[in-house]
Amino acid sequence: MSTTTASATAPAADHPTTTVKKPDPARARRRRRLSQWGFIAPAVLFMVLFFGYPLVRNVLMSFQDYSPSTFFDGKAPFNGTDNWSKVFQDDLFGKALWHTVVFTIGSLIGQFGIGLALAVFFTKRFPLNGVLRSLILLPWLVPMVVSGIVWRRILDQDTGVLNSFLDTFGLGGATPWLTSPGMALFSVILVNIWIGIPFNMVILYGGLQEVPKELYEAASLDGASAWRTFRSITLPLLKPVITVVLVLGFMSTVKILDLILALTDGGPADSTQTLGTLTYQNSFVQLDFGAGAVVGNVLILISAVFAVFYLRANRSEGK
Amino acid sequence: MATTTVTQTPTAQRPATRAKRRWGATVVGVLILGVMLFPLYWMLNTALQPEAGLLEVSPIPHGVDMSGFTSAIREQGGHLLTSLAVAFGAVTICLAIAAPAAYGLAQFRLRGTRTIVFGTLITQMVPGIVIANALYSAYVDLGLVNSYFGLMLADASLGIPFAIVLMRSFMVAIPREVIEAAEVDGAGRLRTFVQVVLPMSRNSLITAGLFSFLYAWSDFMFALTLNTTDDVKPVTLGIYQYIGAHVGDWGSVMAASVLSAIPAAVLLVLAQKYIAAGITGGSVK
Repeated sequence: MSTTTASATAPAADHPTTTVKKPDPARARRRRRLSQWGFIAPAVLFMVLFFGYPLVRNVLMSFQDYSPSTFFDGKAPFNGTDNWSKVFQDDLFGKALWHTVVFTIGSLIGQFGIGLALAVFFTKRFPLNGVLRSLILLPWLVPMVVSGIVWRRILDQDTGVLNSFLDTFGLGGATPWLTSPGMALFSVILVNIWIGIPFNMVILYGGLQEVPKELYEAASLDGASAWRTFRSITLPLLKPVITVVLVLGFMSTVKILDLILALTDGGPADSTQTLGTLTYQNSFVQLDFGAGAVVGNVLILISAVFAVFYLRANRSEGK
Repeated sequence: MATTTVTQTPTAQRPATRAKRRWGATVVGVLILGVMLFPLYWMLNTALQPEAGLLEVSPIPHGVDMSGFTSAIREQGGHLLTSLAVAFGAVTICLAIAAPAAYGLAQFRLRGTRTIVFGTLITQMVPGIVIANALYSAYVDLGLVNSYFGLMLADASLGIPFAIVLMRSFMVAIPREVIEAAEVDGAGRLRTFVQVVLPMSRNSLITAGLFSFLYAWSDFMFALTLNTTDDVKPVTLGIYQYIGAHVGDWGSVMAASVLSAIPAAVLLVLAQKYIAAGITGGSVK
């Protein structure tokens, strides 16, 4: 839509500026183009420096030998595929990859499922709907590391409120949410679901608003059940929005670092170590930036695959 | 829609029961909200009873104890100011770079702009830790580690692609006649941009600014990785290191958390329509 309007009106716009102002149209056009690029160039430069450069640099770094002394003498000799084989041979990488898969899929299912249910709920008309709907956004707006710390307090095995709450109902009551390797990943997913619900809800709610009301009227005239209406009308029409929500949710979940560091620091016994935290551990704790870059590259590769999905989804949106 | 259902269905409810049912939905909505916001309530609750912070916390604070807040302000107040300074710096950089670019990409017909728009979409998908990984060594070489400006720049990168996409989708809709009229009146390209385009795009500018503020304010990763000393420490990093050092002092930690959540709460109340617009507009459109 954007390109058509621009191209339809632009040729007409060429004339006033070129003919009225400047005698030499070619030079004037060149000058005009230059001044136009002036608007865009800073952004391009910034993105090259802050996104392009890191991407290239990360690939190079993964073939270099970084050690703590590199930052004093500046020497990081190339070492072939040493970093790669070292990282891939370490059990921790496999674990982190698996945790990332479980964390991402678990989070997405929870966030999306609950987000969709809430979105559908809020399409009902009832008093205070708007206020409640906007207040639900709050968890998404609070810094993630802060949410992580709050939940760490809530999930504390001995003095956390979740266990004392469960205890009053006789449901266990001493669950080591964050301190047992078997439970920690589950708990981290739970918290991330909580964080992601508002985002999913808002976008899906927006999508639901776009579904033409007449379709629901027609369905109710035909006597379709609520479930049937949801399956045959709502879901198919919501599909583009659902794709976007899932892909964006994926992109933000797969690289999560703040939350896990705040909740568990990757522990206990590496049970919540993911590709994001492993990159951080390798680079900024072990100061082995080469190994960190290897894990980072894997993360990029995974993201790139989904970036393709996203762009596809975006294009089918009619952009 | 409501009237058709009423006339068509034989079991139409009378208005009184319908109203009751609508308030029923409100009750359910409040319950949902209660569950969703419980952790934030708990944060405030714990902050108000610092002496109980080590033990189980009672569901409602017995009286208000502000000592958690006083020690949080004493120990984290400086970091809060750092966060503010960095976030405002990042917003300024972000808007100064993104607004002209969004305009150019929306209205100029230049070769390569499609590629650039594509690029902005792609950059939103680069994992932050990968950027930090490469940026750190570059920052060491450039002397930008432990500097306000360095962190502002890095934090601006969280908002710039989003701001470009958001503002561009808005500026595309500005009629060309408006811009041409300004240029015919003798305004230069820059003056047209500042005096015509920016005022017209006010809403999208506010939304983009708001989000880049939130991104920078919430940033933890760049603060953690691009700083090796305590010179530039935003509150997110401050709180994180706080629990490492004083794991027992939950009252103060929670008080500091409450303080760090205030901008989000304030923005939600004052600018909720921009926030909703930003969440949907930046991603779906």
